[in-house]
Amino acid sequence: MLRTIVSRLLQGIVVVFCLLLITFVLVRLMPGDPFSGEKAHSAHIIEKNKERFHLDKSYPEQFSVYLGLLIQGDMGDSPVKEQPVAKIIEHSFPASLILGIAGITIAILIGIPAGILSALKKNSYIDYGTMIIAMAGISIPSFVIAPLLAGHIATRVPFLKVAGWGDPFDWILPALTLGLGTAAYLARITRGGMLEVLNQDFIRTAHAKGVHPAIVVTKHAIRGGIIPAVAYIGPAFAALITGSFIIETIFQVPGMGQHFVNATKDRDYFLLQGVVILFGSLIVFANLAADIVLVMLNPRIRA
Amino acid sequence: MPPSIMSNQTQSQDLSKGQSLWSDAWARLKKNKMAMASLVVLFVIGVLCFILPAFSIIADPNNQNLNNTFLNPNKNNWLGTDQSGRDLLARLLYGGQISLLVGIIATTVSVIIGLIYGSIAGYAGGKTDSLMMRIVDILYGLPFLVLVILFSLLISEHAKELTDQLVSLWPGQEVFIKKFINLVPLFIAIGALGWLTMARVARAQVLSLKKQEFVEAAVSLGLSHRQILMRHIMPNMLGPIIVYATLTVPGFVLTEATLSFLGLGVESPNSSWGILLSEGANYMETHPRLLIIPSITFSLTLLALNFLGDGLRDALDPKAAKD
Repeated sequence: MLRTIVSRLLQGIVVVFCLLLITFVLVRLMPGDPFSGEKAHSAHIIEKNKERFHLDKSYPEQFSVYLGLLIQGDMGDSPVKEQPVAKIIEHSFPASLILGIAGITIAILIGIPAGILSALKKNSYIDYGTMIIAMAGISIPSFVIAPLLAGHIATRVPFLKVAGWGDPFDWILPALTLGLGTAAYLARITRGGMLEVLNQDFIRTAHAKGVHPAIVVTKHAIRGGIIPAVAYIGPAFAALITGSFIIETIFQVPGMGQHFVNATKDRDYFLLQGVVILFGSLIVFANLAADIVLVMLNPRIRA
Repeated sequence: MPPSIMSNQTQSQDLSKGQSLWSDAWARLKKNKMAMASLVVLFVIGVLCFILPAFSIIADPNNQNLNNTFLNPNKNNWLGTDQSGRDLLARLLYGGQISLLVGIIATTVSVIIGLIYGSIAGYAGGKTDSLMMRIVDILYGLPFLVLVILFSLLISEHAKELTDQLVSLWPGQEVFIKKFINLVPLFIAIGALGWLTMARVARAQVLSLKKQEFVEAAVSLGLSHRQILMRHIMPNMLGPIIVYATLTVPGFVLTEATLSFLGLGVESPNSSWGILLSEGANYMETHPRLLIIPSITFSLTLLALNFLGDGLRDALDPKAAKD
């Protein structure tokens, strides 16, 4: 077990390194540089700035300087915002994290019960209805749902605002928008997993022994039935945090998403690299965490 | 007993006539009401987007008229006009062309790459296989949208040079070339990064097929690797490939819309459903029609594609997990 975790972590470091390398090269190949934005500077100042950020050197040299900084725990400074990248991330990450946690919580609370119910009432109207709603949830993108929610609910409910990030009430709409799509996937996956387990012999045995149907479901079926859903939750959580920039834009949440989009547009190399490192690490950890929980749930894959 | 014989017995008494995998699958698909309804919806949307604009019933989508902004639906503009006085129906149909094209072409690119990569890995086996799939694992860990954005911005710069060359080659076709060159970065970026699932599907198929007797027979007959792969393995894995391709299209249409919504995809004045949605969101409070009509069209298309993909999976690949 420990060996697996260590080897997966090492593999994760390789993944994040590859991601960083790809990002590093791609942003520098893009036209423009951090200083060709709105603020027009004289050629002299631009030269000075490029020297300061080592952008006048070759790519391998730049990369080794950057890696040297990283090893010391320094992500460099953002040339556009003129702030340390670590500080920008420190200020914006909490909002993204809260949004991601709230979103995945909503997804779990809606998706898993809906999937279980659907599987228990297989081929009934409840099943068909749930699955059609789930398919709609997958098909309707968040940026369609978000403006509709903002326009129709936020304007009618007194304590909800169309946009902003002041008090915890402001978390509700963005988290709901973010969580609904994932809830729909979870419902479908949970239904599939439950159906598989419900058809197995040990469930039939439990029924034959006269165990109460509710106990059969809660004690025997769910444990195996939600395994596929758990496997999906880990990566989905990472995807919610890294992919929330649309929702952050619409609801004006001061999270990392805006920095990612703006850093790409402004060619803010260092900020983008910092955000990408964080995104990559999150994905690696989420996948690893999901695998560990899976092993705990399913003794058969415990080597 | 092969499934074709079983369904023959249940459907007709005529056992003398063989039934192919495809007619069998079609029979199963026909029973799936949601999938058949989706097929009809997609056919109608396809005809509306690709054939109707060829006739001059539909207005020019780029014809701005600042005297006619925000018109409600009327005799000339069936769905009304937008903030620049352009006909919404025309923009919706031309936008649909772009969105669907991105979905279809990017899927084709990803299927070709994934199919070749996955079958080579599965067929070669051993160390080659594990190395190739390790690369796929690493690429899987990368955030898709992040790379698509970086990649498409990078290619679009080179696309501008290409436009100038093409325009000098075919002077009369400037408008047409510009319209499509804008899209090429999207096609390539999405397709080049979206083939990973397809590679896994293809590899798994090849792995299970290459152990079967008919492949062993082909090997013992002395056929070359290329002949075995192309003539004997490929035709047998078409079913799952078609299913996953159908399920990929809505994902890529959504990717295009997301990018355009963020201002990183298709550029104005070209329209796409993503652009219509993002423009509509700006006028949501005053003119909700501009958001709601594209939203319905877009969601309906994605819904139909997903339902069709689901139905095809049940029809062509009954063993696949129903998640």
